[in-house]
Amino acid sequence: MSTITPIVMPKWGLEMREGTVTAWLVDEGAEIAVGTPILEVETDKISNAVEAPDPGLLRRKVAKEGETLPVKALLGVLADSSVSDADIDAYIAGYVVPDAGEEEEEGASAYSTVDVDGLTVRYARRGPERGVPVLFLHGFGGDLDNWLFNLDALAEVAPVIALDLPGHGQSTPRLPGTALADLSDFAVRFLDQLDVERVHAVGHSMGGAIAARMALDHPTRVASLALINSAGLGSEINPGYTEGFVEAASRRDLKPVVEQLFADPDLVTRQLLDDLLKYKRIDGVSEALSALGSSLFAGGRQSETPGLELEGTGVPVLVVWGREDRIIPASHAGNAPPGATVEVFDDAGHMAMMEKAGDVNALLKRHVSG
Amino acid sequence: MARKISMKQAINEALDQEMARDPSVIVMGEDIVGGAGGDGERDAWGGVLGVTKGLYAKHGDRLLDTPLSESAYIGAAIGAACCGMRPVAELMFVDFMGVCFDQIYNQAAKFRYMFGGKAQTPVVIRAMCGGGFRAAAQHSQMLTPLFTHIPGLKVVCPSTPYDTKGLLIQSIRDNDPVIFLEHKNLYGFEGEVPESSYAIPFGEANVVRDGKTATIATYGLMVHRSLDAAAALAKEGVDVEVIDLRTLSPLDIDTVLESVEKTGRLVCVDEANPRCSIAADVSAQVSQQAFRALKGPIQMVTAPHTPVPFSPVLEDLYIPGAAQIAASVKRTMAH
Repeated sequence: MSTITPIVMPKWGLEMREGTVTAWLVDEGAEIAVGTPILEVETDKISNAVEAPDPGLLRRKVAKEGETLPVKALLGVLADSSVSDADIDAYIAGYVVPDAGEEEEEGASAYSTVDVDGLTVRYARRGPERGVPVLFLHGFGGDLDNWLFNLDALAEVAPVIALDLPGHGQSTPRLPGTALADLSDFAVRFLDQLDVERVHAVGHSMGGAIAARMALDHPTRVASLALINSAGLGSEINPGYTEGFVEAASRRDLKPVVEQLFADPDLVTRQLLDDLLKYKRIDGVSEALSALGSSLFAGGRQSETPGLELEGTGVPVLVVWGREDRIIPASHAGNAPPGATVEVFDDAGHMAMMEKAGDVNALLKRHVSG
Repeated sequence: MARKISMKQAINEALDQEMARDPSVIVMGEDIVGGAGGDGERDAWGGVLGVTKGLYAKHGDRLLDTPLSESAYIGAAIGAACCGMRPVAELMFVDFMGVCFDQIYNQAAKFRYMFGGKAQTPVVIRAMCGGGFRAAAQHSQMLTPLFTHIPGLKVVCPSTPYDTKGLLIQSIRDNDPVIFLEHKNLYGFEGEVPESSYAIPFGEANVVRDGKTATIATYGLMVHRSLDAAAALAKEGVDVEVIDLRTLSPLDIDTVLESVEKTGRLVCVDEANPRCSIAADVSAQVSQQAFRALKGPIQMVTAPHTPVPFSPVLEDLYIPGAAQIAASVKRTMAH
């Protein structure tokens, strides 16, 4: 098939406008399979690999290493050997970066807020009008931007909703309670506010445990569960992370703590640390995290394990893990309920949905469509 | 949620939120309400440039218009701080510090030490600093080094609305005297600021631009001039790291040292006069502690050793600009 596939600057998250090409990972002429990491891109928030959308030969590297380019700019060209060099030259010469103008408008309303039990909750909602929405629940100390590589991809097949849990992100820094049931009940009341009856619940880390609790306590509200590097499937958890994250007050203290999240610590950028510090410095956040941490993860033990009670509930379960997870051991994937789909990825740590975004998105799409 | 506000609004919001949170916080200064005793609206001014506008309506007599006597009301603020209040005294221009300096450097700065830790003085003295306002030699100085010289004072000079709000809140909550200097030419500068209260700890510099080939250490308005210089140099392939010191006492020299270990080159940029300046201090500490990392001589970019001129043409030449900073980066690169 003599088609040309462009590799373009991705849009990771609602606020991304441009990115810098830091390294090419394959040579011109290399045979590429779908999902092969082709090059690395860094934004002011995060760096990650751009993966091949289609198979083919990498015929041309258009972007140079070190170059900063807008979202959707042409980075490289994939095509098979039957496409002539002249056709590729013509394609590159004729490529026009789509105007980002209309997306600016979209960006302005990308986040919404809703009042739930007197707490302001920030959330993002996108994708089609119809269908059972996918609800994304972030982990301890996280926020909805943890899903920046996933929301747009899932929005291609279903409505997506991601929220900042209370005490997190830009929601009110106050907790409705410190037990998993307090948070899962809160998530259900959040869905009530949005008039959403049922969701596919996707949870990361603590968010996975909240999702599992929700499936047990509110079975009619949960169509399926996807648990990513999830809490609640065993008792071990790394207190160096949960306590270190609460205590770190400076960039110097926070950096080694946050680096434990990723298999590749270089993914932690200065901007990522600055954003985390800005969040942690808000009055009330420190107290909220500390209360939540002592309730759920005191002494390096998880106090609640709802993931172990899922057998017999009939809810379809997907369990995803990064093998190099240094926060919650990947061996907990073995505690998934019978019948669950389980995938453990090499070269990924605790943030598998970021580090293996393409693979995780494919699994999630299949899971929520099945 | 965060939204864009000016540095002036950030100061107002920090004062407002801390007054609401803590009844011991009071604000005093000349015309900060706007003509006490005069006819008409009492809240008409809110200070010489309107920074405290609107606060009187919310917090009433916890904002005190003072007589035109800095030594009297700065002394009163320091005394009130020793007795359990958290006063924020506005001194209008840092240039007027001279008339009440004994209260600050010989009294407030010494109490904790001389009373064996039994006294604390949680006072904040806010003042406008810096040039470019066509306000001549007695209203335009960058006097930061006068205060960093004194043990017992904390000295803050922010460059963005985000830092201004967080550092002012930290200053109010801090139990020591804090000199909080606001560059008047940044009052209209806008940036993202969360609506919630937050405090930025003292002694943590902010790396505002990553780079590999040279380091600029600076603060206040000069952060923006340095970023302009770095952007111009980037087009020539020179990759400059810019560090905003944010608090000058305590000083986060470690962040500067770490950066110089990486880049091997340092330019200290300071709007103050050169002798015994912040630039001279940072330069001395780095040459003492990271000499082996240096690949070229440390450069200093400062105002000249003269009063600030009134002539607009001369004033613009007086305040260090991006071209001057970029030239100094190239000078240290030449070695």
